This record gives sequence, C-alpha cells and structure tokens, in this order.
Amino acid sequence: MPLPLASGLGFKPQHFPAIRDGRPDLGFFEIHAENYMGAGGAPHAMLRAIRQDYALSIHGVGLSIGGPALDETHLARVRTLCDRYEPDSFSEHLAWSSHGAEYLNDLLPLPYTRHTLDRVCDHVDRVQEALGRRLLLENPATYVIFAQSEMPEAEFLTRIAARTGCGLLLDINNVFVSCTNHRTDPLAYLDAFPLDRVGEIHLGGHDEEDLPSGPLLIDSHGRAVAEPVWALYAALLDRSGPQPTLIEWDNDVPDWPALAAEAARAEAMIADRRHHAAAE
Amino acid sequence: MSPKLAAAIATAIGLAAAAAHAQDAMDDMASDEMEKCYGVAMAGQNDCAAGPGTTCAGTATMDYQGNAWKLVPAGTCTGIETPAGHNGALEPIEM
Amino acid sequence: MLQPSDITPDVRAALAGGPVPGFITARHPAEAERRFAVYRNNIAHSLREALARRFPVIRRLVGAGFFGAMAAEFIARHPPRSPVLQEWGGDFPHFLGLFAPVATLPYLGDVARIEWARGQAYHAADARPLPPERLDGSEPLRLHPSLQLLLLNHPAASIWQANQPGRDGRLRATGAETALIWRRPDFEVRVASLAPLEAGFIAALMGGRTLETATLLTDPVPMLTLLLRDGLICGAEDE
Repeated sequence: MPLPLASGLGFKPQHFPAIRDGRPDLGFFEIHAENYMGAGGAPHAMLRAIRQDYALSIHGVGLSIGGPALDETHLARVRTLCDRYEPDSFSEHLAWSSHGAEYLNDLLPLPYTRHTLDRVCDHVDRVQEALGRRLLLENPATYVIFAQSEMPEAEFLTRIAARTGCGLLLDINNVFVSCTNHRTDPLAYLDAFPLDRVGEIHLGGHDEEDLPSGPLLIDSHGRAVAEPVWALYAALLDRSGPQPTLIEWDNDVPDWPALAAEAARAEAMIADRRHHAAAE
Repeated sequence: MSPKLAAAIATAIGLAAAAAHAQDAMDDMASDEMEKCYGVAMAGQNDCAAGPGTTCAGTATMDYQGNAWKLVPAGTCTGIETPAGHNGALEPIEM
Repeated sequence: MLQPSDITPDVRAALAGGPVPGFITARHPAEAERRFAVYRNNIAHSLREALARRFPVIRRLVGAGFFGAMAAEFIARHPPRSPVLQEWGGDFPHFLGLFAPVATLPYLGDVARIEWARGQAYHAADARPLPPERLDGSEPLRLHPSLQLLLLNHPAASIWQANQPGRDGRLRATGAETALIWRRPDFEVRVASLAPLEAGFIAALMGGRTLETATLLTDPVPMLTLLLRDGLICGAEDE
C-alpha cells in the first residue's frame, strides 16, 4: 500500500511520549533504516508502537546505490528490517557513501553518464529484487558538478525509473538547494521531472553560505522549511496534485508542537489540492 | 536445592517485588533526568542531513593531523589528574 | 578529456585531504575547492558528533575542543566499517589507551569501555524474564543479553557517575572497580560499581555456574534481588 496523500514527520525518540499520549493526526512517520538495525531494546519497542497506529516509511541512508558495488550484507539488514515492519514505502538516495569496506557517512554525488546509469540501474534492480518491493529513489542535494556528466539529473532519474520500474522520492528542498547552487531554474527541474513516478515528497530546512558567485545552500535539516521552498512545493502540487509529504528536521530538532506545525502547514496545502481534485 | 539457597531465593524474590517500584539503594549509579537524552543519543546515530557550513570541521581535521598536537584536555578531568606511577589511582579530592 | 569510469577512489582521496580531482567542478570552476569542502565537512562533523553522542563522558572529561580534535585522529585511523553507526566506536577505548596526548589520563580507556558497553546494552536483544517461581538453583541461568561485567583498572564507574549531567565531576575514589551494566525492563541502561564478592558472584553466573555454586562465594540475596527486580534472569530462548 502506498503512503497516504497526507503529511508525515521523521520520527525522533524524544517525541515518543508526545506521540504516544497525544495520538496526533498525521499521515505517516518516517525512520532512517540504519537506526533500527540493533537487535532489540527501546528503538524497536518505540517503532512497534508507532507502526501499530501509523503508516510507515523506511528511508535508508547507507545502501550506497550510486557507488561501485552494493553491500550485500547491508542489503540483507535492510531486508530484515522491511520484513519486520512491512513499511508502506522504502526509499534510498541517488548517492554513494561506501568506499571498499569504509563507510563515509555522507551522501556523496556521482556523475550522470551512461556508465553510471547502467550501474545504478543494476543496483536498483538488485535492491528491488532482494526486498521484493518497489524502491523510491531520491534526488540528492549537490554542491559540485562533474565534468564527465552527460545528462541533467532529472533526465538521469527519468531513465532509471523507466528502466527499473522504481518510483522516485522528490525532495523539493534538494531541488531548490541544487538548482540555487548550480544557478539553474528549479521550476525547469520540476518540468523535466517524471512526476508520475513520484511516490513521496521531502521538505526540509537548509543553511546558506556566501561564495563569490552567490549563495551556497547546504542541506542541513536543522531549521524550518524556507519560504522559497514552500513556494516551490506549491508549484509542484499544482503540477502533480496531492502527494505524501515528509517534513525532515534532523539537527537541532525542535519540540513536538513546532514540528507538528510544519507538518500542519504541508497538510493544509495538500488538503487544498485534494478539494480541488474532488471539485473537478 | 539446599534449604539455605531456597530461603535466599525466596528472600530475593520478595525484595525484588518490593523494590520494583522503588529506588534501590544498591545501584547508586542511577543516572538522572538526562539519561533519557543520552538514551536518545544512542538511539539515532544515522541521518541524511548535511553538517553546518563548508569549513569548520574539515579544516579542523587538517589542523590537528600529524604531529601538530599542542592541545591539552580542558574538561572535568583536570580535577582528577592521576599521579604518574601510582597505578592509575586517583588523588582523593576534597568535596 | 578522459575521465575515470569509477570516480570513487579519487574522491575518497580528496575527502581525506588530498587534492580535489580535476573532474570536480562548478559553474564557476574556481569555487570547486570550496564547494567540495562541504562534503569533507559533512563527514568530519557527522562522525565527530556520532562519537560524541556515544562517548559523552569522555567528551566532558577532556572538553569539547580537545574531544573534537581527538575524534578527528580516531576517525582517520578507525573509520566506520558499516553504514550502521551504532556499531562504530568499539575501538575507541583501546585508541584512548594508546593516544599519547592523553597518556596522563590513564582512566579514559576504562570510562570509554563503560560508555561503549552502555550502548551495547541499549541495543541488546530483548529477552523475557523467567517467572521467579521457576528459578532453579541447580541449573545454569540464562542472563539478559544486555548484562555486562567490566573489570576496570581504574575507578571508572565512579568517574562516569561523577560526570553525569548535573554532577560537578569531582569524586573521591581510588583503585580498581568492577562495573555492572544492564538494561531495565523500561529500557533505562544502568551502571553499578560492585563489591569484589558481588562481582565474583555475577561472573560465576555469567560463566555458566549454577546458583548453588555461586552461592558458595557470597550471600546471594543482594545480587539476586537486583537480577530479579530488573528481569535479568531470562527464560529459555524458545519461550
């Protein structure tokens, strides 16, 4: 079952009492897969409780799908987790993070070439086969470009989705961050993106630094969603209709009411499009 | 099972039941409110966010590499220096 | 210009401080170096923070600035080998024992062992407590997977306790300690310093001795009370 056409939040253990006691009306929760790969204890107890009451999205950060080789050991861990919780969605990133046995703990960029396209498609095929489910692949926030890239990112993702049948997770903040960083038009990115493949939207906060040529935005997830990102999200909803939409806030995480307010803002925009869709 | 052990088990069961909702004096290492925060820290080590900025941590890494160490610890350890050659025992500190 | 089909070795070298490869560029190529620094920064910062979350008392003992610099050394020598970061850091206690700038603080390694063990206990497998009436003194006990006994050369359990939030870090303690670490049914992870005979009693049970045998060492009531109260004597695996 896909995620509901509603807003969701990243689950943080410090909010567990507020969620357990308040049973907030929310479309879904999302967790980072790698934080639930211990054997037992509080993380699994909390996740079991959350899973009972809410739709669940599991979001992996460590499969390194854009790298030279898939880590089968890690893929097996992901499969165990998905078997245990039967999430409504599993997503990962168009990025790499492992070099040999070493884990680099960042979502590193890759060039968009025919060669890397083949490799990413092989990896997506393998992940979907191992998990027995459709994967959503997320567009990255990038700070540099590669001289050897042969196609734009939206085209690269379009081809991956067409070849593998995977879905896409469209991170609107990442679109805004990358397009600002590379001085391109985020609306043109949305126009080139295969919106019929989108299974989830991410929204998050970013930081800003100054370079000689202009701003450099950084995907820090440490503050509220910026106003231009909300505007881009509105433009996306106008094109795509309502979408399951996650608010990501991973650093300097606020208390529950502040986080819930961000989700409520997204929910109001989704509800507005639902009504429009119903009226037509 | 010896009667003495059986009696000890019965005593321990009784004490454990009585202590289940009370603070037991034996484990005096009970951590305080912040335990929950440390527990939270142990719960979530992975995320997909970027760190802040372009410079701080990256350059710090370089500055401290090699033999460039000139730093000295500056935390609470300064209050519990261990005398060299004393088998690691701590000097008693006047409370 | 011919570019490598696998960019990862060159990028990895650049992340470790090597030159930024020529194929990494930007709309304004002069900015490539500064932009690439975002990735260096992300890795250094996120791993340093992960280590600080796992070893908060070590950070408090040496101070945040020193900890950050020391973390960079540790990360360079012992990078994560798995995407699951909670599995990373087990080498830190040993590293502290060998790291020359902290040679004057020989207890750091023992304190770090406590912090690592607490994380292990936090994530340890679940196990159901044995109903107390089924406790059998003549059979080896199955103890909870979170339970760990650490033989420490330094009063590290006391140091750990004195450096919990709200405490001033001062203490009066000398000599070796044995620390018991376990997880309660409410998932709180506890640390206790055991008297020598109590430690011997727990070590005997963990080594597969029966209660009848372990009781020869000392009065079993105090430790048995703790084990029963916190559900640390468990039923068979298939229950």
